[in-house]
Amino acid sequence: MSAATKPADYPGAHLRLVSDRAAGGSSGITLSGVSKTYRSRDGDVPSLKPLDFHINEGEFFVVVGPSGCGKSTLLKMISGLLAPSTGEILVDGEPVTKPHGNVGIVFQNALLLPWRNILGNVMLPIDMKKLPRAEFLVRAKALLKLVGLEGFEKKLPWQLSGGMQQRASICRALVHDPKIMLMDEPFGALDAMTREKMNVELMRIQRETGKTVLLITHSIPEAVFLADRVLVMTERPGAIAAIYDVPLPRPRSLDSMADPAFTDLVQRIRKHFFTQSALD
Amino acid sequence: MAEQKGPSAVSKALNAAWVRPFLFLTFIVVAWDLTIRVFAIPAYQIPAPGDVVAVLWSDWPELLRQAWPTTYATICGFLLSALFGIPVAMLIAGSKTVESYIYPLLVFSQSVPKIAIAPLFVVWFGFGIIPKVISAFLLGFFPVVVSAVQGFKSVDPDMVDLARAMQGSRFRVFCAVNLPHAMPAIFSGLKVSITLAVVGAVVGEFVGSNSGIGYVLQRSIGTFDLPTMFAALVILALLGVVLFWIVDRIESLVIPWHVSQREDIIFAS
Repeated sequence: MSAATKPADYPGAHLRLVSDRAAGGSSGITLSGVSKTYRSRDGDVPSLKPLDFHINEGEFFVVVGPSGCGKSTLLKMISGLLAPSTGEILVDGEPVTKPHGNVGIVFQNALLLPWRNILGNVMLPIDMKKLPRAEFLVRAKALLKLVGLEGFEKKLPWQLSGGMQQRASICRALVHDPKIMLMDEPFGALDAMTREKMNVELMRIQRETGKTVLLITHSIPEAVFLADRVLVMTERPGAIAAIYDVPLPRPRSLDSMADPAFTDLVQRIRKHFFTQSALD
Repeated sequence: MAEQKGPSAVSKALNAAWVRPFLFLTFIVVAWDLTIRVFAIPAYQIPAPGDVVAVLWSDWPELLRQAWPTTYATICGFLLSALFGIPVAMLIAGSKTVESYIYPLLVFSQSVPKIAIAPLFVVWFGFGIIPKVISAFLLGFFPVVVSAVQGFKSVDPDMVDLARAMQGSRFRVFCAVNLPHAMPAIFSGLKVSITLAVVGAVVGEFVGSNSGIGYVLQRSIGTFDLPTMFAALVILALLGVVLFWIVDRIESLVIPWHVSQREDIIFAS
């Protein structure tokens, strides 16, 4: 896919397919010298050391690292909620200075509004961005169908299981057709079995929608299973320890986890943390 | 409980949720009557329930006429405390600076006994409805502010971030996320406030008024007419219950989604 073909803003645009690796250039996310230092009463607390990397358009990019290494800070900076202390973030060549709305965010908790039904929750970004409701209602329903929540539109969040709530929050992140999906340990609160199912599901959704995904996780196998590239971070203050290409072919299934290439890479990444300290 | 066959119609009726308070009330009234008889308490100390009922029966047009100004003052005071309390809470929760200026003073002002300053309102505004309304407002205001501040502050910051990342303006994010989130806390404040507003209105009537239940209370104490005084208390209690119930109904209309409003249905997915 060339950088010239911009995704159209019409419902159904999420169904376009893209190749696994897009060419570099100005599309995608570029971080140059981005660092973050928090001011506190006890002085400055460095959260992220200067980072330089590029995420290609349509790439599944996963960040693993120990707790408190500034992963969530990274995510907030890319969405424009937080200004970096130094450096610059470019999304499709445009510097990020304020919330740009070209992202969909999924947190560890589904964070659905308890007073809105599932469809209403999915429509939240449309209300916030003041986009035409009627037009995107079709898209919201199509997305709910895509994640297998058809027929649950009128239910309230508490009536759904944790996995279903998280799927609804993925729909909410996709409904305004952003180019980028930012996911902060999206399946961390789910049980192991639901989690594996959701991983397969997410991979399918990403392939069908062609979104650029930046996912943060604690789980190394999850990272390797999902990613095109894995960024390994060091302990606080966070810095890049390594970036690995995942050599596994797509489409992947849970059987891919038995591939020697998979276990090798998991082992190699794990060593980073055992030389540092335990991953908690 | 000895029979396993299932409850009879009578025990079903006795166990209905709305019957229980009446059963308990009956118990209290009977105990009250018995105590007076057993210990021979004279009528000028505690009147017998029968005498109170007799007064309620014979004087109810007059009591009802006096209940009206009290109700009116209570509702006005309550509405004012909601009208001012919620925006003040928004300011306090929204800005640390505003909080540091206003909150300590607010707590300080609450420690001043209203009954002590109520005569001042009479001096300022005369014997009409205004001193009562102000007194009801002052008592009802604080619980609304405290609960609403807590409600506004307990919003998940991630949720707000999420809405802000979608380019929601401050106002739109507030309306879509913060305000509905604070609603349950605001209503718990309003429910405390409405009962305190009744007290406030009566305090206002105590210090200077020629109408209202507070005035009836004051007058009947002066003449040792205890049955009338107790009848007035019953009217006040009823007023509080009815107003509380109305706020409770409004709550279940406004926040039907809240945990406290859910029916006992479990949805299996």
